[in-house]
Amino acid sequence: MTYSASRRDFLKTSAVAATASAAGIAVPGVLPATAQQGDAIRWDKAPCRFCGTGCSVLLGVSNGRVVATQGDPDSPVNRGLACIKGYFLAKIMYGEDRLTKPLLRKKNGKYDKNGDFEEVSWDEAFDVMAEKWVAARKAKGPKGVGMFGSGQWTIWEGYAAQKLLKAGFRSNSLEPNARHCMASAVGAFMRGFGIDEPMGCYDDLEHADVFVLWGANMAEMHPILWSRLTNTRLTKKGSEVHVLSTFENRNFELADNAMVFEPQTDLAIANYIANYIIQNKAYDKDFLDKHVNFTKTPTDIGYGLRASDPREKAAKNRGKGKLSKISFEEYAKSVEPYTLEYTAKLTKVPAAQLEKLAKVYADPKKKVSSYWTMGFNQHTRGVWVNGLVYNIHLLMGKISEPGNSPFSLTGQPSACGTAREVGTFTHRLPADLVVKKDAHCKFAEKIWKLPEGTVPRANDKTLGKTLIHAVAMHRALNDGKMNCFWVMCNNNMQAAANMNDESWPGWRNPDNFITVSDPYPTISAVAADLILPTAMWTEKEGAYGNAERRTQFWRQQVSPPGESRSDVWQIVEFSKRIKVEDVWPADLLDKTPEYKGKTLYDILYANGQIDKFPYEKGMVKDDRGNVYENQESEDFGFYLQKGLYEEYRRFQYEGPKKGHEMAEFDVYHKNRGLRWPVIDGKETLWRFREGYDPHVAKGEGVKFYGKPDGRANIITAPYEPAAEMPDKEFDLWLCTGRVLEHWHSGSMTRRVQELHRAVPDAVLFMNPKDAKKRKLRDGSKCKVATRRGDLVTRVETRGRNRPPEGLVFIAWFDASRLVNKLTLDQTDPLSKETDYKKCACKVSKA
Amino acid sequence: MPAGRSAPAKSSADNRGGKTFNRRRLITDAARTACGVALFGLAVGLYSRQSRSLPADAIRPPGALREKNFLAACTRCGLCVRDCPYGILKLAELGENVATGTPYFTARKGPCEMCTDIPCVPPCPTGALDHALTDINKARMGLAVLIDQETCIAFKGLRCEVCFNACPLLGKAIRIDYRPNARTGKHAIFPPVVSSEYCTGCGLCERVCILEEAAIKVMPVRLAKGALGRHYRHGWEQKQKAGGALVTPDPEHKYNLPEGMDYEHAGRGLIPRETAPDMPFPANPLDTLSKGIGGAR
Repeated sequence: MTYSASRRDFLKTSAVAATASAAGIAVPGVLPATAQQGDAIRWDKAPCRFCGTGCSVLLGVSNGRVVATQGDPDSPVNRGLACIKGYFLAKIMYGEDRLTKPLLRKKNGKYDKNGDFEEVSWDEAFDVMAEKWVAARKAKGPKGVGMFGSGQWTIWEGYAAQKLLKAGFRSNSLEPNARHCMASAVGAFMRGFGIDEPMGCYDDLEHADVFVLWGANMAEMHPILWSRLTNTRLTKKGSEVHVLSTFENRNFELADNAMVFEPQTDLAIANYIANYIIQNKAYDKDFLDKHVNFTKTPTDIGYGLRASDPREKAAKNRGKGKLSKISFEEYAKSVEPYTLEYTAKLTKVPAAQLEKLAKVYADPKKKVSSYWTMGFNQHTRGVWVNGLVYNIHLLMGKISEPGNSPFSLTGQPSACGTAREVGTFTHRLPADLVVKKDAHCKFAEKIWKLPEGTVPRANDKTLGKTLIHAVAMHRALNDGKMNCFWVMCNNNMQAAANMNDESWPGWRNPDNFITVSDPYPTISAVAADLILPTAMWTEKEGAYGNAERRTQFWRQQVSPPGESRSDVWQIVEFSKRIKVEDVWPADLLDKTPEYKGKTLYDILYANGQIDKFPYEKGMVKDDRGNVYENQESEDFGFYLQKGLYEEYRRFQYEGPKKGHEMAEFDVYHKNRGLRWPVIDGKETLWRFREGYDPHVAKGEGVKFYGKPDGRANIITAPYEPAAEMPDKEFDLWLCTGRVLEHWHSGSMTRRVQELHRAVPDAVLFMNPKDAKKRKLRDGSKCKVATRRGDLVTRVETRGRNRPPEGLVFIAWFDASRLVNKLTLDQTDPLSKETDYKKCACKVSKA
Repeated sequence: MPAGRSAPAKSSADNRGGKTFNRRRLITDAARTACGVALFGLAVGLYSRQSRSLPADAIRPPGALREKNFLAACTRCGLCVRDCPYGILKLAELGENVATGTPYFTARKGPCEMCTDIPCVPPCPTGALDHALTDINKARMGLAVLIDQETCIAFKGLRCEVCFNACPLLGKAIRIDYRPNARTGKHAIFPPVVSSEYCTGCGLCERVCILEEAAIKVMPVRLAKGALGRHYRHGWEQKQKAGGALVTPDPEHKYNLPEGMDYEHAGRGLIPRETAPDMPFPANPLDTLSKGIGGAR
């Protein structure tokens, strides 16, 4: 495309030159053919569509199309910069194969699981879907239907889905793909601090003296944050970077202390550091006395596999995580086995390097910030290992102040803003409330104007156990226990582990009806029965929340193509098809007879709260007088996004959990985001610290107010081995992940020609010695096989990732090489998050 | 296109031999006689001259001899083209600026994939592709040059580095020269830098450059490479190479210094000596008192 365009430009310019020279005019350098387009561009801001960093970009729109972009020079996060994905942002909307009409599998004019996709109207699509959903809900109960959303949903999309499932269908079968991504981080925040999300912010990148990367390839996955960290390393005297990873990656270029450890032994490293601090009496006793409780967690908890798996049968405390209090001395004893000698041997990291790392944590004069992402979260002991790093920071009191920050980085643009803050998990409600607690459900019912008992409790009196997490959903589909599944704003057929044994047979189970909402024909769409064409990113008004608690809004910039509609439109419109009598029992309706005969739309969205903000065409304006469309509001007749947001905000101000407060809707359209809690218009940089956090009263110093006693938990947990370690036959560790150029499953970035050209295929990164042993060399075709599946790719021994002997790495963006055929559907039994980083494979010549 | 532009470049290249003058006179004479046949002869002459000097974006296969020798040795058999597993090599056709029938590739369209077994070289029957080349990393097909730092987005601080990541000799042929970003004051710049010591000229970097016109391009070494004055050496490089100073370093230096000051001859220069060590108690007595018993670390 680019080539032909530039050729055309060239022909044009050379024609001009030829004409000019024929006429005897000198042309001093020919003007580019596109220069005159600049005039009519309207500029507006939006957060980037990709990672959790939350860079702001400016979009230039002309004639209803995004024709230009730039990094937002006034954004405090990126100051005009972008990564290579951000550079091409506008192109993701203009792939040639955008879906523009609903598609249903049909035979002889009727829905048929084995039919071919045919274009249908939205009416037909939703009619078929509603019939299936009502039938499944009636036949199989609350787990008969399920929805799988996203940390890329806008805030109000998550909130609308939350209401549709938990209040409308009275089902807790709502999960986001953030389950695969941030669930372990959440688990550790809740156990340690009683409130979700990091205490620090990106300013720590300038304030810290020492950076420790624990399983985060920040150089590629958080490119702009890495740029800030690099600048501090280059310009601040005495600053150091310590990198821990199971293979050499691009972080290592900047590392002062580069450590490659044996997979899963990060647990031991963290415990060794705690032990070092205690042995050297370096801990901050005053801080511990005032602000910390010591606890332990049950051990030998299994690997989140199916109950029939021998590894689950062998586990003594399968899935258990209830904390019990211990003394400081008991805690000290629990980490005592993690001596330098033992840890160096287990981890294969040289002792001197481990000691160097321990020393910087133990030095009270050095400000240390720790960063981690998927290396910690996608871990069968993810909640534990997140907690073990908090232990170190708490021991030293190095927390909640500039530069001293344990910081859980986020993968998705709104994993925080939507999945976590709105709580689109099976067990959560908005603002850190949980369906396990009756009082929380009652509060939600009050805000939502619903009869008591509408929201299913975790262990419901009439409905039984209602929680079902992401991996269990695919198993339930496979077993025929869940019959309707709606996947929105993610590509879970490509993303979920163990595709061959669970995902594919689950979706293609003849009993099941699978709906996929997507802008593009993804692997998930291929495996669906109904495909709904989706408006993406700035084709709708939206809001995201990034990793530093920054909430950012954007206006609808352009119209979606064809009949495609945003996720929030799809959710709200679908609710019109569901009569409340079909999904609620009579006794519940008797409590609110005014709801009889109504649809879920009337009860959930046109409830006098969400529809109270009037909308008329032309009312969405910026301060420069530009007017913006709002497709959904025009369709429904009220300012839908504002209504959803303002109702959601009541959970933050009136709810039982303080500390999540955000500003009013209109405020965010005027700024590049605010970091919550926002009280009296002021944002919060460091939480739990007097002076910085409005919830900590004068004289309290530090208060972890998420916990009733204001104290954080140090939680001891041991090293336990991985679920599937290399053996004689499957002799290599397989680690999966991403590359800088592509986002997740590549459904957007692989439609940008330049990015596809830069990284067309997922290659297998391998140690040259391992390659040689298998008679492979750089570029050789090879077969990668696990107990679950195999794929063919090429060997790469000299690229950006350099694995040690015994480990191979492959990225999962490549739809022509489905990496999750290989992976094991193991999870952290506490967070239910999949471990994509560790299973056993073998590699041979193909 | 290039015909118009490359002609003057060519004549300047030919200047060295002083041929231009003669040729020009010949042309003038020929024009004076207004002979159509002479004009035809000129066209043929220009064409054959052009064919001898390779355009900058046409790159010879690995192991190719110097252009003049290569042209003499290459029999235009096409065996190298046949054996290239990626199909990037082609034989120049009549009317192209490359000598008709000789093999070349264009980096932007299809770079050399640097096969470790170099399958294109052994079949060459004449050694126009040098059979002594057995390590592809030693090939010198050209030299990548980050020719336009103004448009390269990495030089502006954007996190691109696509050429670096694609480089088969990543970290060697292309490395990242980390710098602080003075404009933002908070970020770094990650500019790619090519090292001629390692670059083979395979052209992968040019191929993957995400700009509409590549900012990094593979050039013939003769165009891309500067040459340091034969008399000059960079001292620190020589010292590193020799594993020590070429001239014995100075014996100990002594300085007149006021109290509390040190001076380091080869290192930091003037250094204020560390003042009083940290005391076990904070300066404010109230801090100690309010800590109570057992509050010390």
